[in-house]
Amino acid sequence: MNGSSSGSTEAAAAVRVLGVSRHYGAVRAVDGVDLAIARGELFGLIGHNGAGKSTLFKMMLGLVRPTRGSVQVDGIDVGGSAFRAVRRRIGYLPENVVFYDNLSGYETLRFFARLKAAPETECVGLLRRVGLGGAARRRLREYSKGMRQRLGLAQALLGDPQLLFLDEPTTGLDPEGVRDFYAILNELKADGATIVLTSHVLAEIQQRVDRLAIMAAGRVRAVGSVPALRAERDLPVRITVEVAPGMLAGVRTALAVLPLELGETGGTTLEIAAPRALKLDVLSSLARAGSAIRDVEVREASLEDLFFGEGNP
Amino acid sequence: MNFELAPVATVAGKEFWDRIRSLWVLAIALLFTVFALAIAYFGGAQQGAVGFRSIGFTIASLVSLVIYLIPLIALLLGFDAIVGERERGSLDLLLSLPITRVELLLGKYLGLAAALAFSTLAGFGLVALVLARQLDLGGLGAYASFMLSSILLGCAFLAIAVLLSVVASDRTRASGLAVATWFVFVLLFDLLLLGVLVVGGGRIGGAALPYLLLLNPADVFRILNVHAIEDVGSAYGLATVFPPELAHDGLLYAALLAWCVVPLAVAAWRFRR
Repeated sequence: MNGSSSGSTEAAAAVRVLGVSRHYGAVRAVDGVDLAIARGELFGLIGHNGAGKSTLFKMMLGLVRPTRGSVQVDGIDVGGSAFRAVRRRIGYLPENVVFYDNLSGYETLRFFARLKAAPETECVGLLRRVGLGGAARRRLREYSKGMRQRLGLAQALLGDPQLLFLDEPTTGLDPEGVRDFYAILNELKADGATIVLTSHVLAEIQQRVDRLAIMAAGRVRAVGSVPALRAERDLPVRITVEVAPGMLAGVRTALAVLPLELGETGGTTLEIAAPRALKLDVLSSLARAGSAIRDVEVREASLEDLFFGEGNP
Repeated sequence: MNFELAPVATVAGKEFWDRIRSLWVLAIALLFTVFALAIAYFGGAQQGAVGFRSIGFTIASLVSLVIYLIPLIALLLGFDAIVGERERGSLDLLLSLPITRVELLLGKYLGLAAALAFSTLAGFGLVALVLARQLDLGGLGAYASFMLSSILLGCAFLAIAVLLSVVASDRTRASGLAVATWFVFVLLFDLLLLGVLVVGGGRIGGAALPYLLLLNPADVFRILNVHAIEDVGSAYGLATVFPPELAHDGLLYAALLAWCVVPLAVAAWRFRR
C-alpha cells in the first residue's frame, strides 16, 4: 500500500502498524493503515484536523484499541500482556499537556519517574537539559506555556526511551525554544532513538524529518522522504524571472518551445511553473536570453503543496 | 490479570499528599472537631440541658451531623478524580505510562480515601480526647465504632463519586451528578420510603421495606450507630422500623463495605471499556 512498507524499513522496524482501523460507529477515524517506522528514524505524521492522525497516534501508544489490525513496537503488541515493558521504552508528549499546578517542576517529574519506574536521579539532569534547571523548585502555576512544553519534553525523556511520540511538540515554544527543542531531538537521534512527531508547522517539519506520512480521511495518502514525495508527485518547479524593461516578449518567445505555464506580473516579472523534467531546459533557455534576464529564483515544491494538494489531486 | 502495586501506591501517594499540602485534610479535621464539640455540649439544649450528657446522646447527635456532612465532603472530594484528568489532558499521558486503568482508578480512590479517613480520625479523635474523662470502656467502643463507620460511610460515597467521575463526560456534569446523588441518598430516599409507608398504610411492601434501607449507605450508617442505643432509638423515625433480626453490626458493616466495593468495581468496568 502506497509503498509504505519498503524492504529496508521492514527489517528493523521500531513501530509497525498492520492494517489498522478504528471506527466510531459509522465514522472511520482510521481506515486500513499500514506503516513501518524504522529504528533511528525521525518520522513525521501530518494531516488536517480530523484526518485521523491523533487516533493513529493513540493507537500506536496503545491508548486506543484498534477496531481491526494491530500495532507492534519492537515486534511486541502494544496492547498485549507485555505492555508494561513496551511502555517503559516509550516517551510520550501529548498535545497541549497540562500538568498539576500545585506541584513544582521537580515534583512533577519525580511523580512521572516513579510511575515509569525510571531512576529519580534523572530528574534534575533532565530539567537542566530542557533549560528548566533554574525553575525546578517553582510551582507550575508560575510556568509559562513554553516552560510547560519544555517540562513535557523532559517528562517524555524519562527512563531513556528508545521511542518517542511527540504530538505537536513545538506548540507554544518561541523561536529559541524551537531551536533548543530540535537540538535535543538531534542528540536523541544520534543516540539511536526513534522519533515520531506530528506538526502543523509544515515548513518546520520538512527540514527535519527523514520521512513522513500524509493522512487524509483516515487513510495514509503518501509515505516517503520529502524529495521522494516531490519526485513521485511530479509537482512543478516554480521559477520567477526578473526581466529587463521591454524584454518580456523576447523572453516569452525564447521559452515558447517548452510546454510551460507562464504568467506575468507588473510587466517585468515572469512566473513559470515547469514540470520537474524540464527544469534544466528552462534554465538553459533563460541563460541564452542573456542580459534580458536580471534575476532568477527557483523554488522547489514545498510540503505545503504536497499537503494541500491532497484534497484535489 | 496484570496487576502491580507500585503504580497504585504512587498515584495514591500523590492524591494523599496533594490533600495534605492544600490544607484540605486540616480544614476538614477542624470542621469535624468544632462541630462535634459544639454538638457534644449543646446537643441536649432542646431538652433544656446544656453540657455533656451521655456518650449515647453525643453519638446520636454526631450521627445526624455526619450523615449530612460526610457524604457531601466525600462526593466533592472524588467527583473529578478521573474526569478532571480527562479534561486537563493529563489522562492520556498517565495512561501512556506503565500503569493499567484499574491501577490508576484504585490509586486515585485509595489516596482520596486515606485523606478522608485521616481527617475523620484526626477530627473526631481529638473530640474523643476531650471527652476521655467521661468515657468508660463501653462508651469508648461505641465511639470507636462510630468513627470506623463514619470512615466507611465516607469511603462508600467516595466510591460513588469516583464512579460518577468515570461516567461523566465533563467536570460540570460530574459535579451536578454528585450534588444530585447527595440529595437523593441523604434527603429524598427516606422521604420516599416514608411516603410509601404512609400512603400504603403499612401494607405495601411492609416486610421488604426495612431491607430497602440497606440500599442507602447513609441509612445503614444511621442504623449501625443508633440501633444499640436504647434511649434514643425512639427518636429516630425510620431507624426504628428496622427489624431486630437485621440489626447485627456484622451485617451492617458488610453492607457499608459492599457500598465501597460495588461502585468501585462498576467504575473499573466502565473505565476499562
